[in-house]
Amino acid sequence: MILDGKVPPGPLEDKWTEYRRNMKLVSPANKRKYRIIVVGSGLAGASAAATLGQLGYNVDCFCFQDSPRRAHSIAAQGGINAAKNYQNDGDSVYRLFYDTIKGGDFRAREANVYRLAEISTAIIDQCVALGVPFAREYGGLLANRSFGGAQVSRTFYARGQTGQQLLLGAYSALQRQIAAGQVKMHTRTEMLDLVVVNGQARGIITRNLVTGEIKRHAAAAVILATGGYGTVFYLSTNAAGCNVTAAYRAYKRGALFANPCFTQIHPTCIPVHGEHQSKLTLMSESLRNDGRVWVPKKPGDTRHPNDIPEDERDYYLERKYPSYGNLSPRDIASRAAKEVCDEGRGVGQLGRGVYLDFRDAIKRLGRETIAARYGNLFEMYNRITDEDPYEVPMRIYPASHYTMGGLWVDYSLMSNVPGLFVLGEANFSDHGANRLGASALMQGLADGFFIISDTLGNYLATTKPDPVGTDHAAFDEAETEVRDRLQKLLNVRGKRSPDSFHRALGSIMWEYCGMARNAQGLKKALSEIPAIREEFWRDVRVPGTGEEFNIALEKAGRVADYLEFAELLCHDALTREESCGGHFREEYQDEEGEALRDDENFAHVAAWEYQGVGKTPVLHKEPLVFENVELTKRSYK
Amino acid sequence: MNLTLYIWRQRDRNARGQMVKYHLSDVSPDMSFLEMLDLLNQKLYESGEEPIAFDHDCREGICGMCSLVINGQPHGPQAATTTCQLHMRKFKDGDTIYIEPFRARAFPVIRDLVVDRSALDRIIQAGGFISAPTGSAVDANSIPVPRDEAETAMDAAECIGCGACVAACKNASAMLFTAAKIGHLKHLPQGQPERRRRVLSMVEQMDAEGFGNCTNYYECEAACPKEISVKFIAEMNRDYLKAALTDPNYGEKKSSSK
Repeated sequence: MILDGKVPPGPLEDKWTEYRRNMKLVSPANKRKYRIIVVGSGLAGASAAATLGQLGYNVDCFCFQDSPRRAHSIAAQGGINAAKNYQNDGDSVYRLFYDTIKGGDFRAREANVYRLAEISTAIIDQCVALGVPFAREYGGLLANRSFGGAQVSRTFYARGQTGQQLLLGAYSALQRQIAAGQVKMHTRTEMLDLVVVNGQARGIITRNLVTGEIKRHAAAAVILATGGYGTVFYLSTNAAGCNVTAAYRAYKRGALFANPCFTQIHPTCIPVHGEHQSKLTLMSESLRNDGRVWVPKKPGDTRHPNDIPEDERDYYLERKYPSYGNLSPRDIASRAAKEVCDEGRGVGQLGRGVYLDFRDAIKRLGRETIAARYGNLFEMYNRITDEDPYEVPMRIYPASHYTMGGLWVDYSLMSNVPGLFVLGEANFSDHGANRLGASALMQGLADGFFIISDTLGNYLATTKPDPVGTDHAAFDEAETEVRDRLQKLLNVRGKRSPDSFHRALGSIMWEYCGMARNAQGLKKALSEIPAIREEFWRDVRVPGTGEEFNIALEKAGRVADYLEFAELLCHDALTREESCGGHFREEYQDEEGEALRDDENFAHVAAWEYQGVGKTPVLHKEPLVFENVELTKRSYK
Repeated sequence: MNLTLYIWRQRDRNARGQMVKYHLSDVSPDMSFLEMLDLLNQKLYESGEEPIAFDHDCREGICGMCSLVINGQPHGPQAATTTCQLHMRKFKDGDTIYIEPFRARAFPVIRDLVVDRSALDRIIQAGGFISAPTGSAVDANSIPVPRDEAETAMDAAECIGCGACVAACKNASAMLFTAAKIGHLKHLPQGQPERRRRVLSMVEQMDAEGFGNCTNYYECEAACPKEISVKFIAEMNRDYLKAALTDPNYGEKKSSSK
């Protein structure tokens, strides 16, 4: 099947206006007749739920945490991009569009990316109106900083906690709608299945994580804003609770999963230190504005970094990419770090680390300025490593951070299952094969504040879905499946913890499907994953019952889904025989080790259709047509 | 490191809880406190016991989900640090550590170390927002905000909503949490139109949730992982007094501020 992204006709800059001119509206009286389900309460979910509630829809919003304010958007540090051109440094909507589509290695849909850049400016306005305390200059106007993959300063920020402040802004709007009775919030509640009635997404099955109650929810449409699947690698910068379950359940019910192999490995994280580690902590990319990345020139140089003289240091990013230097995009900086470590020049106990050095910046700007810019990050680094980055260079190494792939959606952010919309990191749409820094926050809020409110209305006004009750047979079937599966997990009564399987899966994924991939390794992963999965269903231990707060049962369900999903990811990586963005296939590189894209055969979205556990999914392609940009080799030299 | 742990175990909200003693060996000083509990849970799985439930998510000190009272201190002994960012190098080999949930009447225990903090969300619902419907905003630079004011707003806005202030307070007061949100919004021009009704309504909700009052011990500030200053409580009190004196509805129809 050739997938149609349903991009409106006309010139690129008019497409969204054109869409909005032609869309159908739902009258206020009819809006209140519709119940809408929003799963997830991060930037995309909270902003969508708040905006739809404000419009008059009856919204049910779900999150697995104890409060919507905990969603992992909160951990984003560096900033949010917008084409405001407040710095008068040559920025424009077109330039943000171009940087984003180039940053994504020409594997995203032009029209979606342009719309994102177009909406970016309204997001900043909205957030300021909601009270987001962005950094300001003494004149009272907003400050900007530069970020990876761009030559302009278009990133807005709130100290090192931009994600927190934006999420709290969206959360406050959501709380206002909850108080107004427009949104009903279901915390500590996990979606365990999607209910499809006559081909339309019409509800979900949830489990209350406190009481274990399984419940049916019916709605006119279902919106998933459930984040990414970065924890498929076990160790990642994502929160411990992040999981693929909601998106994967939708996939099993017929939604296509697009480009799962596009995963982002972030270059600046604190390196792994031991086997019991549960989390890798990100050090914001903004640090690369002033920090210089280097390793010793000699392999196996164990001298203290401060004792290594200047001419024995290799500032490899500045050397290889003179025009972007330390601000090279994430995929490129990550691979470069891996390369120097593979050469035996890595630093730290396990040899998997590079220095991020602020010595020169402190000399140039003074300790106080550096503290004002990055103080909280330096403190965090110090707490975790017990080292002082003002005195000793930070050690960093790449880690799984973000996933560009996700459920396939058309221009209106609707999946191939009518009535199922997917927002934020959970969809595949805007970042292609690599996301630029400060663009995830932008996309989450663009989707939730400004796109879904229009496209959902158009869908409802066009299809006029009839009311469906939770007594429909499709609900019976889905609920039975959910209950059976939970019971099955409880019945294994094996010996190993769910976590131990997650760890085992993660190490395979990191080894064979991480920063560099090749056919042989991917085939090995594809043979090992089913073995772990079988072992899981033979030997996992889930104590307790399903009718109580049961952390083992929660975790086991999520790991079980990852044990199926990981295969899909590897399969996609194996099938995409090119290197692009975060997907680097060792077979496809030039003499200098740079990624070799194959536009002739792979300028498409690979969207996969579920066929059954362990069965090869069916590939559907959406050709990517570039009418406005020329596909060039992505160079940051 | 070898540790002796006393950990609060409680099946559910209505069950009786108790401290249970565990021995844990092979703890590395580089582990975070939660990774130490992960290790203990791993051992419990292996010996066929039920793991200890505790709240956690981001594990980088920003989501506010982790809690725990460690040796009598919310988030443990290290200043300005959440439990997830506390590392075992802050303890010594052979130490005995007491681990309890955040305790407050408004935070009922759900299981073991997990408590229900939804009361904090309800305080925000009572007015911890600026009513700015999506799409209604003017250009972000049209209202300059003096840098110092913006910085003060940010100082308050850093609150992660963990509830350590409540757990640290002998009155289980949520004044610091509530004042942080009020302080964040009152220092911004966008927050002015609702300033009076916000403080009245949020304080009213705080009281209704069963949180205690402030008696100026400042334990909250000491426990706060984000070092939110108690000056925001003083600001809130001033604002509350001013609003109560000038609000025409105050004392008559208490829920007028919705």
